[in-house]
Amino acid sequence: MSLQPFKTIGIGVTFSPNLKANVYEASRLSLLFQSKLILIHVGEDSSEKEAKFKSILEPFIKKGLLFEIVFKSGNPVDVILSISEEKQINLIILGALKRENFLKYYVGSIARKITRQSKCSVLLLIKPSIDRIPCQHIVVNGLKDPKTKQTIASAFYVAHKLKPDKLTIVEEIRQTEVAIKVDDDKSLRMVNIVKERIKLREETRIKTIIEDIPKEHTENIIIKSQPIFGQQGYSIGHYAQIVRADLLIMNAPTKMTFWDRLFPHDIEHILTELPTDVLIIQ
Amino acid sequence: MSKKKNIASFFKALPNNIFSGFVVSLIALPLGLGLAMASEAPPIAGIIAAVVGGVVVSILGGSHVTIAGPGNGLVGVLLVAITTLGLESAYATIICSGILLAILGFLRLGKLADFFPSSAIQGMLAAIGLIILGKQFHIMLAHKISRENTIDYLLEIPYTIKDAVLYDNEGLIYAASAGVLSLIIMVFYPKIRNKYLQLIPAPMWIVLLSIGFSYYFELIAHSSSPISKIYMISGVPEFKDIIAQLPTVYFGKVGELPFWSSVLALTLIASIESLLSIKAVDKLDPEKRRSNVNRDLKALGLATVGSGFLGGLNVVTVIARSSVNVNNNGSNRSSNFFHAVFLVIFIVLFSSQLTRIPLPALMAILVFTGYKLASPDSIKHIFSVGKEQLIIFFVTLIVTLKIGLITGILSGVLVTFLIHIIINKSLSLFARNVLKPNILMFQEEENGIYYLSVKHFCSFLNFYRLKEKLNAIPEDQDVIIDFSLCEFVDHTVMENLHNYSDLFAKRGGHFEIVGLDMHDTDSEHPFALRRLLPVPNIIKNSLTRRQTNIEDIANNYNLSYRSEKQKNTLFLNNFHFFRTKSIHHTYNQLVTKNDVLTIFDIEFSEGEFIAKEVVRTTMLHITLEKQIPEFTLDREGFLEKFYAFAGFKDIPIQDHSDFSKRFYLLGEDEIAITKLFNEELIHFFESNPYYHIESNGKGLLVFSKERHASIKEIKALFDFGKRLKQVIT
Repeated sequence: MSLQPFKTIGIGVTFSPNLKANVYEASRLSLLFQSKLILIHVGEDSSEKEAKFKSILEPFIKKGLLFEIVFKSGNPVDVILSISEEKQINLIILGALKRENFLKYYVGSIARKITRQSKCSVLLLIKPSIDRIPCQHIVVNGLKDPKTKQTIASAFYVAHKLKPDKLTIVEEIRQTEVAIKVDDDKSLRMVNIVKERIKLREETRIKTIIEDIPKEHTENIIIKSQPIFGQQGYSIGHYAQIVRADLLIMNAPTKMTFWDRLFPHDIEHILTELPTDVLIIQ
Repeated sequence: MSKKKNIASFFKALPNNIFSGFVVSLIALPLGLGLAMASEAPPIAGIIAAVVGGVVVSILGGSHVTIAGPGNGLVGVLLVAITTLGLESAYATIICSGILLAILGFLRLGKLADFFPSSAIQGMLAAIGLIILGKQFHIMLAHKISRENTIDYLLEIPYTIKDAVLYDNEGLIYAASAGVLSLIIMVFYPKIRNKYLQLIPAPMWIVLLSIGFSYYFELIAHSSSPISKIYMISGVPEFKDIIAQLPTVYFGKVGELPFWSSVLALTLIASIESLLSIKAVDKLDPEKRRSNVNRDLKALGLATVGSGFLGGLNVVTVIARSSVNVNNNGSNRSSNFFHAVFLVIFIVLFSSQLTRIPLPALMAILVFTGYKLASPDSIKHIFSVGKEQLIIFFVTLIVTLKIGLITGILSGVLVTFLIHIIINKSLSLFARNVLKPNILMFQEEENGIYYLSVKHFCSFLNFYRLKEKLNAIPEDQDVIIDFSLCEFVDHTVMENLHNYSDLFAKRGGHFEIVGLDMHDTDSEHPFALRRLLPVPNIIKNSLTRRQTNIEDIANNYNLSYRSEKQKNTLFLNNFHFFRTKSIHHTYNQLVTKNDVLTIFDIEFSEGEFIAKEVVRTTMLHITLEKQIPEFTLDREGFLEKFYAFAGFKDIPIQDHSDFSKRFYLLGEDEIAITKLFNEELIHFFESNPYYHIESNGKGLLVFSKERHASIKEIKALFDFGKRLKQVIT
């Protein structure tokens, strides 16, 4: 698998209070990645709507934004997925919802379905903003998974464009990898030795991945790695929240079954509680 | 190599452990008899449980300094089992509960006890205390009655007292006075700090005195014992009879509901009591080891099965006896084994003498135990944590007394949960998050600090997750727990974290809780938060006479004086003296301007539960500029000779036989210590009053008596310290 640059970015738009902020974020990203922006509206075509979208896009059109507005009626999930395939969109941007009274964000049912079924990368925004907020810290997962290599490569590609100060690769290590249970001092000592060994192993694994990444993507950025022993998919979200990361980059989920949703794991933890903006790399 | 070393150190510690096992057996004998009789089982059943427990758990167990035997928590349940099902079926329930306990151990369910809110556990323990107290109080005053339920027993107490005052039957008067006298011994024993008296635990004094009285009447007064026959211990069989007459165990009621509710209650209480005790004893372990809880549960289960077949009660880990073990320098499981051996010896040699113990005397021990479980202090403590804890406490207490233990503890859990919902005005906070993982732990790359962050809520419902993470951290490391993302933290968690922080402090680590400051302001979180903050002394003018005198000293000698309680006692942790004691606080501090000499009053406790003794004394601490070897110096006396016999070694100083004869010097690094004790220092000690002096390498601790020093003594202590400082540096 090679690195897929974001040539076309898609965003689903409806007339909600967040419309302007969502479009602004998407446009900014499109300019940054030098890609074409496609606004997808689920509903009837009308010149009135088109004029409204264009008026919002106005400042970015001046800066040379390439864009297209697509109207199509039907089930929002199907519409967005089919258009993204049709137009060969590389990245879909979706807005998250905020839980009443709390500063907690989650992914609505439509966005969640899209995230699960999408064949391209997905960016979930928690706080779209009209003014640009600089990205300072990116957290990437470093799971032991075939997809990880590409995710980390994409993360450095994104980081190269967003210019954050710091990029942390989090290696989540399952508790089951440490085969010994802590009972007393002796087993505790053993467990800590095993943990140290796993940590070293994980760090060398990550290092070899980073070595394969084009040099221009890895310079000018502080790269850290943080091994965490804990539940996969959960710990990284919590970590991103603690270190106040601006973007969390994750592997795409593997095929879901009914049981996976009943007993959430991996990405599902993050979808129920978005710690920050999340980019899921396909 | 290390194995060889282990064996060598095991044998080196053996004399200590034999001695400590002996002292523990002195307390286990009367308690075993009493607990068994309180459960309406034959008295020997308690001893059998202690012996089987001591042997099995010491061989197979996973803890280090705990003692196993019949537990006071189980009295209530056993009583119900024996009275409703009969003794033979009760043995069957004991065996079944032993099997369940072992299964809990195999399934690694040692964490089960974490799911009970601590106030509910307190309430349940208090109820058990009242059950014991209510029933035995009447027997203690030689007024045997039988009532339907515990509350009736409690209500009857005033009448029993009234009746007892008006007894005219001589047999009853003697019986009742034996009871009252024993109770007085139990109450005042911890207050008398005499080394020789303290060598024998209070329950054994009671046994010795009552046997002595009985012999006095028989041999000197040539009359039969004046205590009425029905108030004497009956049926302590001889050793060979115990072996010959194994009880029949009747499994016929296995199909019935009461049978299984008894089994469940026994298992529940046995596991809770054992787990709480193990946790508490681990904090006292001078060698700072961590117990393997699940392995202990397996061993306790197996011991219970064995005990049940031999006609004994449930075997649990017991706190009071374990703490006595620690205080007498028990250092490994062999002391538990020897406590069993000594019990067997007692039964073999003295089984007929044991029948000379009056029942009221034995029951006084239990009344005291019951009182300690339900003492007003614990209620006061719970009230200080928060009013809602008191609701939980009393609901559990009353339901337990009215209906039963299992219903009681379950109602406690339910009430706690309801209160949490009401306080947060939200059910969804719990419903949505209870199954989610909420803990993040990682070791910071830069400095190796373990950082834990907790989200959503943290209460008894999901504390096990946090605990699992905490248990994976060696106790000599630095830990930070961050609650800033957590909306609600309950009392159970705060209390447990407080225990962890004690444990980490004792073992050289550092444990800090952050992120709770916000909680106080944005919603009123009453749980224990208040409790952890030292309450500043608001009323300034409440100084006692002694305190104003100390203030005068401070002014005269240009010292700074602080009368408030100081919780920061970390500087004392490394002293040998405090290894098995827990320090509460220091107060009335006098400090020299350069912080070198500090005189302070200190409150600490030794032992746990009924063996707990709170000691208040005055000490002097000297901060040294240079490193010196660790040592302990005390007056040579009978006890020290005794300890020497048990394996400690006095370091002789050449050419100063007088000093060596009068002082008792102890330490690891013999060469460095002999070097330190030069002519000048020895002369200084020889020509000055005796003090107990201890060095932890960086500082010296000086004190004399285990009570507060008078103003004159403070002055003398201060002067001694000043001169000692000069001589030693």
